[in-house]
Amino acid sequence: MRILVVEDDKDVAGFVVKGLREAGHVVEHADNGRDGLFMAASENFDAIVLDRMLPGGIDGLRLLETLRGQNNNTPVLFLSAMAQVDDRVRGLKAGGDDYLTKPFAFAELLARVEAMARRGKGEGPTTKLLVGDLEMDLLSRGVKRAGQRIDLQPREFRLLEFLMRHAGQVVTRTMLLEGVWDYHFDPQTNVIDVHVSRLRQKVDKPFASPLIHTVRNAGYMLRPEQP
Amino acid sequence: MRRPHLPFRSAGVRFGIIYAGVFALGTLALATFLWWSTAGLLDRQTDAAIYADTQGLSERYAEGGLLALEETIGQRLAGNVDDDAIYLLVDPAYHRLVGNLERWPPALHQDAAWYEVPIERAGRRGMARLHHFILPGSVHLLVGRDVEVRAQMARLLTDALLWAAGVALLLGTVGALAVRGLFRITLADVSATAAAISAGDLTKRVRVVGRGDEFDRLAETINDMLDRIARLMDGVRQVSNAIAHDLRTPIARARARLEDAAAHASGETDLRAAIDRAQADLDGVIGIFQALLRIAEIEAGARRSAFAPLDLAPLLLDLVELYSAAAEERGQCLTAAIPPHLPAFGDRDMIQQAVANLLDNALKFSPARSTIAIEAAARPDGGAVIAVADHGPGIPEADRARAAERFFRGERARSTPGSGLGLALVQAVAQLHGGALTLSDNQPGLRAALTLATRPHRHAGVTQMNATSSYDQATADLHAA
Repeated sequence: MRILVVEDDKDVAGFVVKGLREAGHVVEHADNGRDGLFMAASENFDAIVLDRMLPGGIDGLRLLETLRGQNNNTPVLFLSAMAQVDDRVRGLKAGGDDYLTKPFAFAELLARVEAMARRGKGEGPTTKLLVGDLEMDLLSRGVKRAGQRIDLQPREFRLLEFLMRHAGQVVTRTMLLEGVWDYHFDPQTNVIDVHVSRLRQKVDKPFASPLIHTVRNAGYMLRPEQP
Repeated sequence: MRRPHLPFRSAGVRFGIIYAGVFALGTLALATFLWWSTAGLLDRQTDAAIYADTQGLSERYAEGGLLALEETIGQRLAGNVDDDAIYLLVDPAYHRLVGNLERWPPALHQDAAWYEVPIERAGRRGMARLHHFILPGSVHLLVGRDVEVRAQMARLLTDALLWAAGVALLLGTVGALAVRGLFRITLADVSATAAAISAGDLTKRVRVVGRGDEFDRLAETINDMLDRIARLMDGVRQVSNAIAHDLRTPIARARARLEDAAAHASGETDLRAAIDRAQADLDGVIGIFQALLRIAEIEAGARRSAFAPLDLAPLLLDLVELYSAAAEERGQCLTAAIPPHLPAFGDRDMIQQAVANLLDNALKFSPARSTIAIEAAARPDGGAVIAVADHGPGIPEADRARAAERFFRGERARSTPGSGLGLALVQAVAQLHGGALTLSDNQPGLRAALTLATRPHRHAGVTQMNATSSYDQATADLHAA
């Protein structure tokens, strides 16, 4: 994927650019709002990582508003030290697709950028999700693996749906909490792990190979067993 | 910068001047009223008497002619004990026939006219009110009364007014001095206290005399304010101490690990392990910062704009669903008693986080095979109460008041992971919603009740008191439900 990083802090920018390149992406970097807007408007990117406070007269919000004003719908992830809920709401209202506050873990950033870019490509409404031998019918709300029916509670269904929609990507606990439960806080208890492990009991345990994998220091990933 | 000490700068003197002014105005108004009513009455009486006299005399003239009239006037003059009546009868050539005036006063020629003219009578000058009447045969009759009495009364009233003005001035001055003295004594104490406080001595308080008057109430209000400032200062000091301690510890640990690894790590695996652990320590520090900022954000009340009507029932059931799996995993049982609908007014995210914090605590401190109960009920005044009760170690009564302070950690909580900010956040959320967080004994265990008011009020402190006082009622309802 081609990703544009607009960030003025040299250390943070270097860390993000290096990490994204290591993850196999092509990364361009701008260290001020003016250059960032120029690059975002003139080239095609799959995703933009945008700092909110930028030098050069154009801050992140203005940059995004200008971009959206030109009908450019490249997915944008805000990166900001402004952690208040209102700042977050303002960022999303301006057209941001996601919002991550500094300091952050790189795994979280990577997972969110990849999920966001994939979502941006939306293949239109689907009625069926398929990952390996696991299939989910979104209309009848039925789940089968290797032809065998799996009974899921409504919440388990939504959890599995989220994992399947992000198959092959790392999904962090925070993303699950936001995407499946619509909560915007971090519980002190390992509530998410417990729900994932229950899902595993139903989706993975009766079968030969696991689909739900734990990614250390990051989260979970649903992917078909490697051939 | 101090202004020059001029007398009119003194509020006391200003009060005194106003006081004397009002007093003088009152006196003046009274005197004017007295003047108009007494002098007016006298005038009317005089006029009536003169008129009656004239009528009587003209009848007499009609009955008995000039001689009878002259006789009657003579009788009247003789019978006038007060010597204030004036009669003069002249012939058409203005020659005096009978009367107690020497001459006909000049410029009196109109029939049936009233005059008020200076006259001279038996060597005395004075004012007189006169009625001129022309009788048939061109005989001129003048009937009148000496009104010197009225002039005397005017002088009397003027004197009284002057005296009253003097007394008003005197009283005003004395009053001004007294008020200024009172102000000086009382305000000097307030201003000395305020000066001491700004100089850093937070222990000074304004003296309360005990009379229960306005000054006492002012002193009490100021003292309450100072108590609150002192408590806040104390809180700030505690929080900064706690931050210094709670943040320094993990930072020091991370630093030590990294330094140790840099100096002694024997291979890449060791190095990586040390870095991972240091990273976890720093993540903890970040978590504490975020919790602190979030509490500050809530306490600032900036998010009240996001308040909206909401139904607590599905919100709570979702949280119960999220946590019950974790509770089962730990061998605990999470039970819920939630009505089908529970309307409230507030910020969804905040209430979710507050209840999640209570559930986190309950799960963390409860032993295996114990029950955690979450209950919710509407309050009679339209608010709601959400209670989480566990059978953990609880919080000793002595610690309960402080349990919601930032970084407060009970003796038994020290060994468990956590920042000591969970209940502080719940309390902040409760206060923003015009409610309170109430901790009580669950025998054994802790029962944490979060009350929310229907409509949040600007003065959270006041509503908090209300919420706490009506809390017993709400809990009674809860038990009944």
